[in-house]
Amino acid sequence: MSEAGPIPGCDAPPVGVDGILRERGQREVFCGLTGIIWLHRKIQDAFFLVVGSRTCAHLLQSAAGVMVFAEPRFGTAIIEEKDLAGLADANEELDRVVNRLLARRPDIKLLFLVGSCPSEVIKLDLSRAAQRLNGRFSPNVRVLNYSGSGIETTFTQGEDACLSALVPDLAFTDEEQLMIVGSLPDIVEDQLTRLLGDLGIAKVVSLPARKAGQMPGVGPNTRYLLAQPFLAETGTALDKRGAVHLPALFPFGAEGTTAWLHAAAQAFGVPEARFEQVIAGPRERARKGLALYRENLAGKRIFFMPDSQLEVPLARFLAGELGMELVEVGTPYLHKGHLIDELAALPPGTMISEGQDVDKQLDRVRAARPDLTVCGLGLANPLEKEGLSTKWAIELVFSPIHGYEQAGDLAELFARPLHRRDLLRV
Amino acid sequence: MQLTVWTYEGPPHVGAMRVATGMRDLHYVLHAPQGDTYADLLFTMIERRDHRPPVTYTTFQARDLGKDTAELFKKAARDAYDRFQPQAMIVGSSCTAELIQDDPHGLSLTMGLDCPVIPLELPSYSRKENWGASETFYQIVRALADKERKPPPAVGENGPRRPRANLLGPTALGFRHRDDITEITRLLADLGIDVNLVAPMGASPADIVRIGEADFNICLYPEIAAQACSWLERTFRQKTVKTVPIGLNATREFVAEVCAVAGIPVPADLDQGRMGWWSRSIDSTYLTGKRVFIFGDATHAVAAARVASEELGFKVVGLGCYNREFARELRAAAEKYGVEPLISDDYLAVEEAIEAAAPELVLGTQMERHIAKRLRLPCAVISAPVHVQDFPARHSPQMGFEGANVLFDTWVHPLVMGLEEHLLTMFREDFEFSDAAGPSHLGHASSAPAAHGAPAAEQPAGDVATIAAPAPASDEGGWTAEALAELGKIPFFVRGKARRNTEKYAAEHGVITITRETLYEAKSHYAR
Repeated sequence: MSEAGPIPGCDAPPVGVDGILRERGQREVFCGLTGIIWLHRKIQDAFFLVVGSRTCAHLLQSAAGVMVFAEPRFGTAIIEEKDLAGLADANEELDRVVNRLLARRPDIKLLFLVGSCPSEVIKLDLSRAAQRLNGRFSPNVRVLNYSGSGIETTFTQGEDACLSALVPDLAFTDEEQLMIVGSLPDIVEDQLTRLLGDLGIAKVVSLPARKAGQMPGVGPNTRYLLAQPFLAETGTALDKRGAVHLPALFPFGAEGTTAWLHAAAQAFGVPEARFEQVIAGPRERARKGLALYRENLAGKRIFFMPDSQLEVPLARFLAGELGMELVEVGTPYLHKGHLIDELAALPPGTMISEGQDVDKQLDRVRAARPDLTVCGLGLANPLEKEGLSTKWAIELVFSPIHGYEQAGDLAELFARPLHRRDLLRV
Repeated sequence: MQLTVWTYEGPPHVGAMRVATGMRDLHYVLHAPQGDTYADLLFTMIERRDHRPPVTYTTFQARDLGKDTAELFKKAARDAYDRFQPQAMIVGSSCTAELIQDDPHGLSLTMGLDCPVIPLELPSYSRKENWGASETFYQIVRALADKERKPPPAVGENGPRRPRANLLGPTALGFRHRDDITEITRLLADLGIDVNLVAPMGASPADIVRIGEADFNICLYPEIAAQACSWLERTFRQKTVKTVPIGLNATREFVAEVCAVAGIPVPADLDQGRMGWWSRSIDSTYLTGKRVFIFGDATHAVAAARVASEELGFKVVGLGCYNREFARELRAAAEKYGVEPLISDDYLAVEEAIEAAAPELVLGTQMERHIAKRLRLPCAVISAPVHVQDFPARHSPQMGFEGANVLFDTWVHPLVMGLEEHLLTMFREDFEFSDAAGPSHLGHASSAPAAHGAPAAEQPAGDVATIAAPAPASDEGGWTAEALAELGKIPFFVRGKARRNTEKYAAEHGVITITRETLYEAKSHYAR
């Protein structure tokens, strides 16, 4: 639960009137470019071309690990000294790089020019570059742009920027449909789509689709469910196209998934009896899966460092369905509109922090000595060395964790470090 | 602009981080946008460090740009000093901060911090990681070395003292730097030489102050220490030992050079390890003339080429490096082995060169390991960049006599064992020994045909019998089944070349159907 009173050795945290702690200072987070790592797996004929520096290229290869070698569909156009000399030159250079790239990869149907800190700071206009290139390569290749720069985006916000760049490009449809928004592992997407179909919702589509040519249409009869909590801009862009947001808990755990499906069922007039009938089996399986871990996790104290914006819904799941105690729930950015149900479902008095001053936050971790700290890879080993068990956060973005069938797996991700700690005699 | 998927080196500020993280009681304040903290995980994950790198990032965001990022820098520097109380600080900009042109040096001067603050100018758009590490180490040494410090008198109250040396160059995230230090320190102790200082790895700023107290310097990694060594030579008249002790012969030369500089005789009874005998033993005869392609940083690549040719009897068929700062040294070595030097940081160029050279063994970085996997070639890692498995728990130096033992094991292991190779040749038509099945010790995974470009992909695994049997003319580029079967009998490491040559010959001579005859016509044509 929240810390009472100031912690020795720290300034009193500046808690706002809404009870949320907001901090500015050094942030230990990824930039939005990292989103490319999972997005390029999802959209199978898209290429992500970062326009940036050697640092950007180095970040991608460090984050992607061995994936860099499996004919990846992303790369970096590294800005060199001569590009900084004159901007006109940079545009010509970019065209040359894109020509070469598309000649080498004729299978690419959708090209994202991804802005970075250097390209934003020198104000290289990638939207105009995308327009220009569209003129040249249309209709074979569609060229879009978005920014994944660290100065504008944090980690998963890169996906938000990418999807919101897709939205204006979607065809118009006034067909009645349900749209699942947010990239999910294919297996999870299929499970959720199947359940929604079983409820009797005739048309269920996903954004993003797996192929550039199969992106869904959108219009006033589109209702959408967010599968991820970090899609603020995408939501706004969909609203502008007339689509209607269905507020719900995010589909983590048995209760989260039920609430998420229920929001769709209500919007599409699915009778309660049918809803119960469809979800009873999978919900029971999820509860059974969770029961295995409840014993290990109940009463354990958990601290979330900010990373992906998944923190609030995951904290709600861990507290509500597994009985964990929340010491602090840090998030890089808090979209109160999309998280309204999640915030309401948190235990009263939960300490939520938005933003970060990493050294001060680490002081709070050390003072509280939680059983488990969810944090990034730059912090995990150093905290382990201090005797604090950690769960590294990126795995939560890469692993299938949504829906009923993954509920047990999701709990297991948190139980594993504690189990290992108890197991080892070294 | 340069299109890149893989970079051999990070940006120069990562080089500076490698120096700072290797040292103690030094703090690096880096003016950088949110997100650049990704570099921390190289140290905490790949090198498995149990502390955060001593780096404070200003992590400015877009909303800060309109305001005062300079103030943000000052606050970060002040907070870092108050919290970590370092003996010295280094300050600088990453690529984005370089563009917004705050002046970390000028700013930190006005702050009156109670420790030396060393400014770094690291041009991110023209230089890379190794250069950044070298420049950072040089600036630290230049700023902190006390010019009054001298080595103690050669003869004191207790008689003559032992010579003392500085070991310069090892950093955090260096390939086997940890174990090289241990090995060279032990070797020097055996020679009767003390180590005054190892730097940057393990040194504090206070240690750097007394760098002048050594009789001479050992430049272990020229990529990082050559610049500092040459300044020390000018400033303190300390001589530099320049032989890099990788390999048996290089270590012997290193010992000779060290002893000459230290003014002591070379001991006759030095333990020189097992590598020499291992290589002379008849078990190793099959290594003779093995074609090896070598790529890495210049120092490791040049050293590996010497070990390969002199100490293992391999034939060097390709030699290259990704760091152009040491291109001259690499060119000289390439000339010695009669190969075209490859100086490139484009992994696609390296991949092409490897394919063209058709080696039997690739020695390279993490990247060449993946290229080799794709081409189904044996490979060993000799240089950074490397992944987590090349920061091993066990003692595993590259330098010194134990390092030579390690090299022998590491390089020979991926090759098909000698006897197994003979069996593969003798019983080629036998499905169990078909070379498409791959060496048994690499497991069945190695028998899967590679994605493309792999010579072995031309012959489906375990399908030799089918190809050997009479079959209708294949539609594969005009090859008859008979000719394909014959091609399958050519050792796999030259099969790709034979195929290309034959097809080239066929094209040039207007041959439409490639028969067994064509194959041998081409062979004799290109043999001239």
